[in-house]
Amino acid sequence: MKKRDLVVVGGGPAGMAAARAARDAGVRDILLIERDSHLGGILNQCIHPGFGLHRFKAELTGPEYADRFVKMTAAAPEIEVSLRSFVVKLTPEKRVSYLRPGALEEVEARAVIMATGCRERTREMIPIPGTRPAGVYPAGLAQKMINMEGWIPGREAVIVGSGDIGLIMARRMALEGVKVKAVIEIQDKTRGLVRNVVQCLEDFGIPLYMRHKVARIYGRDRVEGVDVVRVDDNLAAVPGSEFSLACDTVLVSVGLIPENELLEAAGAAIDPRTNGPVSAELKGTSIPGVFACGNSFKVYDLVDWVSRDSELAGKAAAAYLAGGAR
Amino acid sequence: MKAFDAAIIGAGVTGAALARELSRYRVSVLLLEKEAEPAFGVSKSNSGIIHAGTQNPPGSLKARLCVEGNRLIAGPLAAELGLDFIRCGQLIAVFDPADLPRLERIKSEGEAMGVEGLRIVDRAWLEANEPNLGPEVRAALFCPTAGMISPYRFVYALVENAAANGTELRTGSEVAAISRGADGVFALVAGGQEYRARFVVNAAGLYADRIAALAGLPPYPIKPRKGEEYLLDRKREHIANHIIFPLPSGKSKGILIIKTSDGNPMIGPTAHDTGDSGDLSTTDEGLAEVLAGARRMMPSISRSDIIAYFAGLRPAAGDDFVIRHEDALPGFFSAAGIQSPGLTAAPAIALMLARLMEGRGLKLEPKKDFRPLREKPVHLFQVSPERTRELIAEDPGYGDIVCRCEMVSAREIRDAIKRGARTLDGVKFRTRAQAGRCHGGFCTTRIMKIMREELALSPLAVTKRGAGSEIIKDERK
Ligand SMILES: Cc1cc2nc3c(=O)[nH]c(=O)nc-3n(C[C@H](O)[C@H](O)[C@H](O)COP(=O)(O)OP(=O)(O)OC[C@H]3O[C@@H](n4cnc5c(N)ncnc54)[C@H](O)[C@@H]3O)c2cc1C
Ligand SMILES: Cc1cc2nc3c(=O)[nH]c(=O)nc-3n(C[C@H](O)[C@H](O)[C@H](O)COP(=O)(O)OP(=O)(O)OC[C@H]3O[C@@H](n4cnc5c(N)ncnc54)[C@H](O)[C@@H]3O)c2cc1C
Repeated sequence: MKKRDLVVVGGGPAGMAAARAARDAGVRDILLIERDSHLGGILNQCIHPGFGLHRFKAELTGPEYADRFVKMTAAAPEIEVSLRSFVVKLTPEKRVSYLRPGALEEVEARAVIMATGCRERTREMIPIPGTRPAGVYPAGLAQKMINMEGWIPGREAVIVGSGDIGLIMARRMALEGVKVKAVIEIQDKTRGLVRNVVQCLEDFGIPLYMRHKVARIYGRDRVEGVDVVRVDDNLAAVPGSEFSLACDTVLVSVGLIPENELLEAAGAAIDPRTNGPVSAELKGTSIPGVFACGNSFKVYDLVDWVSRDSELAGKAAAAYLAGGAR
Repeated sequence: MKAFDAAIIGAGVTGAALARELSRYRVSVLLLEKEAEPAFGVSKSNSGIIHAGTQNPPGSLKARLCVEGNRLIAGPLAAELGLDFIRCGQLIAVFDPADLPRLERIKSEGEAMGVEGLRIVDRAWLEANEPNLGPEVRAALFCPTAGMISPYRFVYALVENAAANGTELRTGSEVAAISRGADGVFALVAGGQEYRARFVVNAAGLYADRIAALAGLPPYPIKPRKGEEYLLDRKREHIANHIIFPLPSGKSKGILIIKTSDGNPMIGPTAHDTGDSGDLSTTDEGLAEVLAGARRMMPSISRSDIIAYFAGLRPAAGDDFVIRHEDALPGFFSAAGIQSPGLTAAPAIALMLARLMEGRGLKLEPKKDFRPLREKPVHLFQVSPERTRELIAEDPGYGDIVCRCEMVSAREIRDAIKRGARTLDGVKFRTRAQAGRCHGGFCTTRIMKIMREELALSPLAVTKRGAGSEIIKDERK
């Protein structure tokens, strides 16, 4: 079996920053494995500005921010990048198996950094009752459709949840001529950044209903509308406060969950509440020599902090390797 | 115009099983389905249990055909069609020792119907064999012949094999008119086309009453009974080793804990009559009922384990199946009211219908070149790493993972399309891509692009489950 000093799983901003920091701290044999055909992770679909204000003191788009790290990765010959490579298994002995077109590979690593990002919570998890027609999408999927493929998911949308992705997608849809009828938030404050509420909703005249929830989705084949209801402080529906909104699209933006199924299957302790790894040390996991960073460690608002903290994980892995671990 | 020997209305499990049975013989068969693909009716949303045959009224069609269907599936069909049938066995749990006599009765009734291997097991057995059961469960009836299957893949297997043996399938073909000519040949209008057939079988599930009305038959009112089901994360795969029922009360078999052949356990179904044969909505009340029922048997099940849910409608027409020749309309057969255990009974229903048709003059001469075997599609999630390695060596597309939650490769998606998938749901049912915890958040666009390549389909024309369920509305210029 092939041996490596360090394997980094996931080539988003977290994986790239961790790999580069480990290299700068002296690790000489690094394999960075990414499922997609390019590095950058979720940043590739975030074409709006607002990235890098802290890190680079510049207002970059997601792809521009990612590109700076792609260049830093490419400039380090100690980091070998394997694209279109999907990790299917991690063992407690730090064996990593991955599929790529043409091969099922296995490597034995002395240290591993998991940087697999997060997934979106779905309609099914809240859950919203009603029918299951086309037109109900996680907001990040809608972002990918529009920004990566040029596909407009609908003409009249209601957005569930006021997280940043939902807010940004409200504006993105409005810019594409989609009528965004409302953003519905069950809590009494928005989950997203204040600047996003102002720039994405207020500037576009999109109503935000706080302490409301979508009680039901209608439509057999395609979404035809939703029922919205006000909720009290215990989040229970207030009778008589229901109203309906006609729409053909419902975007769901109700939070992100760290993707740690590989770590969990390897036997690492996972906090069932956050789905993040439980660990005694910074950016570690309960398996010695296995580290985690970025959105798979915990969900971040800003990529700048992802990069900063992932560099700490890279350094921690380098220190672990320097400590003579096998 | 050519007249088919037989036209079957409805490509659910009933129609598909009949088509496959008739395809053994030298008869021409037309299978008409109104939806974009087979198995989009009741047969897609059910519990997927191949019942042992207990708990059906003695002497009913349900009772006899269920036991026989179980044998046919476990015997020849699973092997010939490459079905993922898993005989995991079933437990009927009692909470109160005073209910043991009822369990004894279910056992002796089952034995009288020919169900094999039934035995009552005590708390100690349960603790050893089903460790996650809650303390309230005192004993159970163990039914070792029960098992589980992927219901839609069962239908696809039947349809594919029937088609390979000459059955003509027409999807998107809603039967809108039926008439019987003076020569005794039926004329059917479906999807704007006219077809002729000497025998017609109504296997239209929830819509069998409408088909009967089109044919001018007195109605057998179909009363849909809704069942909501909730799927748990694959992480909970090993929560149960058997399908677990509570001792039933009243109309339904109660809230069950169901192992599925795909790994995700499922809890449900509810059973409530509804007036609307299109009502597939789930409700807050349904969720609460299912969770409470399941947690009584297994307290560790939690709401956060749920990753998906759906509702299905049982096409009930009274208490039993309606399977008969309609004497008022010679040559016309009904296979209606196929409620639970219809999935299990389907192969036996098909045999019964074939015999009825033969009795009315359909000549059933075996085909010499009948090919009973169907090549089982590859599912990476089911195969060993060694096999995965061989597959990738055969075709690099097996190493190109599209769905990361359920590990489905580009090659599997292309295969599904070659075998007939035309919609995102069709791809999902065949491959499991989009069926995992992220619900297609990561892979939907990639699947749409593969469909564009394989079917020369514009993304605007890609649907979730047929016309009207388009995924996107516009493309940016
Ligand atoms: C839909 C969405 C929109 C967002 N929009 C914004 C925004 O506008 N502004 C902002 O500041 N932040 C945004 N975020 C937060 C953003 O995720 C983080 O700032 C940052 O991208 C996280 O970096 P990461 O490397 O941890 O994760 P990701 O960028 O998600 O990268 C993870 C990488 O791991 C790969 N991977 C996962 N599993 C495997 C495997 N098994 N094998 C191989 N590779 C694997 C993935 O393909 C991916 O490339 C958004 C997040 C999401 C989910
Ligand atoms: C919640 C639930 C759980 C269940 N669990 C189980 C179980 O665990 N085990 C078991 O054995 N059974 C179970 N069942 C029962 C089982 O699902 C049904 O008995 C079976 O699927 C019925 O199949 P069918 O082919 O008769 O009907 P369908 O699958 O509905 O097929 C009828 C087809 O006819 C088509 N059609 C209708 N009208 C027309 C027209 N005008 N022209 C052309 N085509 C038309 C429909 O589109 C449909 O595809 C369950 C049912 C439900 C609802």
